[in-house]
Amino acid sequence: MDNFLKKEVSRRNVLKAGGIGAAGLLIGASGAGSLLTLKASAGQKSTGTVPFYGTHQAGITTDPQNHLYFAALMLTTSEKAEVISLFKEWTEAAAAIAEGKEIGKPASNVLMPPDDTGEAAGLDASNVTMTFGVGPGFFQKLAMTAKQPAELADLPAFSFDALEEQWSGGDVCIQACADDPQVAFHAVRNLIRLARGKMQLKWTQAAFQRTKQANTEKETPRNLFGFKDGTGNPDHTSKKAMDEHVWTKSGWMAGGTYMVVRRVQMFIEVWDRTALQEQEATFGRHRATGAPLGRKDEFEQLDLAKTDETGQKQIPANSHTALAHGDGSVKLLRRSYSYADGLDPKTGSFDAGLLFISFQKSIQNQFVPIQTRLAKNDKLNEYTIHRGSAVFACLPGVKKGGWLGETLFS
Amino acid sequence: MKKWTKTTAILTTAVTLAACGAEDAAEPVEVASAPDLSSVTDEYRVYAISEIDLFVTETEKFAQAVKTGDIETAKAAYAPARMHYERAEPIAEVFGDLDPKIDAREGDVPEEEWTGYHRIEKGLWIDETTEGYEEYAQQLIDDTKLLRAKVETVDVTPDLLITGAVDLLNEVSTSKVTGEEDRYSHTDLYDFAANVEGAEKIFTLLQPELEKKDEALSAEIDAKFSDVYTLLDNQKEGDAYTLYTDLTDAEVKELSQAIDALAEPLSQLGIVTEAS
Repeated sequence: MDNFLKKEVSRRNVLKAGGIGAAGLLIGASGAGSLLTLKASAGQKSTGTVPFYGTHQAGITTDPQNHLYFAALMLTTSEKAEVISLFKEWTEAAAAIAEGKEIGKPASNVLMPPDDTGEAAGLDASNVTMTFGVGPGFFQKLAMTAKQPAELADLPAFSFDALEEQWSGGDVCIQACADDPQVAFHAVRNLIRLARGKMQLKWTQAAFQRTKQANTEKETPRNLFGFKDGTGNPDHTSKKAMDEHVWTKSGWMAGGTYMVVRRVQMFIEVWDRTALQEQEATFGRHRATGAPLGRKDEFEQLDLAKTDETGQKQIPANSHTALAHGDGSVKLLRRSYSYADGLDPKTGSFDAGLLFISFQKSIQNQFVPIQTRLAKNDKLNEYTIHRGSAVFACLPGVKKGGWLGETLFS
Repeated sequence: MKKWTKTTAILTTAVTLAACGAEDAAEPVEVASAPDLSSVTDEYRVYAISEIDLFVTETEKFAQAVKTGDIETAKAAYAPARMHYERAEPIAEVFGDLDPKIDAREGDVPEEEWTGYHRIEKGLWIDETTEGYEEYAQQLIDDTKLLRAKVETVDVTPDLLITGAVDLLNEVSTSKVTGEEDRYSHTDLYDFAANVEGAEKIFTLLQPELEKKDEALSAEIDAKFSDVYTLLDNQKEGDAYTLYTDLTDAEVKELSQAIDALAEPLSQLGIVTEAS
């Protein structure tokens, strides 16, 4: 096993030496960084726990689990004390859930509903993580604008945005990820139950990736367009890379990060009737291998200047890969999941796509410039539309004995 | 109307609880030092029966108007009369045979068995007539009188109250706030308000005991009742509530969320049965 691990590490190093850490597909799921640990557990039953307590919150640099349940909430109270007591309750509950335990006390009075809703009883913890963030409205409603980080501002309007209120915004978010969908839903449901009377649901999204069981080789996941997605993520297992791109050090947010969530609907019917050559030109990569156009290997270095025999750019300048990469200087950590939500009642087409999630230390300096380029010129825009958008400050991690949001409220 | 399965479930639960307490003296719920709530149950019994009395009187006025073909009077009497039933639902619904006869909605029971308030409601608001509904009116009078006679026999227990309080709000969440209760007259908010008042009565009666157990919980429930009443008052002019069809989507959502925010802490009411 040791040798096997080392082999994987060295492969990562080779890849990194090749400069593949550059931003690749913005529309993307987990990074190649998950290769190491996922490879190591290949073929094993998906069991395990991810500690709730730590310097940073879990669910950000954690190896992406199979399933996600995301909830955005609106505050209905303006009482700071109520929110503090809720965050303390959430801390206790989330720590229990992360260990695969039921929340609260065991039921003793049959005339009262049990503290835990019970659908995860007997289930493996399934690497469940719960990641909490606060949105711009949080600071306004609690009259705490002095504490609102400058980074946490609403996004500018991007070209072709078609944002809908029902998929946008939120004063608070909970991102629950787990290798079992019922475990993920149980986590969010129980946390929201504790918040009842203080917060209301604004919008939710259940989403998925291919499971570890279905792809024991742990290749880069494919999105619903059939393309490998996330090839160029920074290495989430590297502390150095995460300190550079993800974790903020400033003020009460030290150890936290900023999160962008975009609900991107994909016109999959339109995509399905698009010729392979066009599909590949749209992404700038080969569908089968994920390699840059004209190359063989997924992790080969992008050469955006290279031309073919006719003098045309091998990777079109308006392809998704080329625009997302830019000059390669800006990276963000993407941790997206696919969704399939029945059909669009207006058209009868699938409502399916990507719940794009990215973590970065600066939304303004990382997400905004990349998305501005993509929104203007990305050939992929013919096949996608952004229906929802939200930004959150993901709170610093909780130390044992501490509570969620402690640095914010202290 | 309560769904059949739910009615049965309530009765079964009550029986199970009683059995539980008798069998297992170590259960924290039924220990010897558990508080004596008999004065509360007695008082509730008086309240519920007085509501059923009013229900009988007001139903008679409603039914007489139907029988004499006075459609306007019948329409005006419909929603206010029903409120007495909706307030006393925890005991009115105990009778699984009478509840559907009085309060079944279209489709709840086979067409040929469909009688009661909602059958007549459809006549008044959809067919706009009382003709052919005289028999239903008489049947309704008979059924409500029978109900009045039967409620005397109900054993009002703390369980019935505690389950009933949340159940009243669950009724609001599942049928009133969706506009499905009074789907022809759209007077759902009358039933909504009455259910809330019925739940509040139970809470008020148990409040002194609750305060001994958990003062913060009591204060929270109090505040959440106020929130619901504020929203209801916004939809009230004199004694008349806004028709469901005149509510905006946002108002419906707000009412629904206010009920969830109230019912969650109210579901902890069972704590009053625990020993201090």
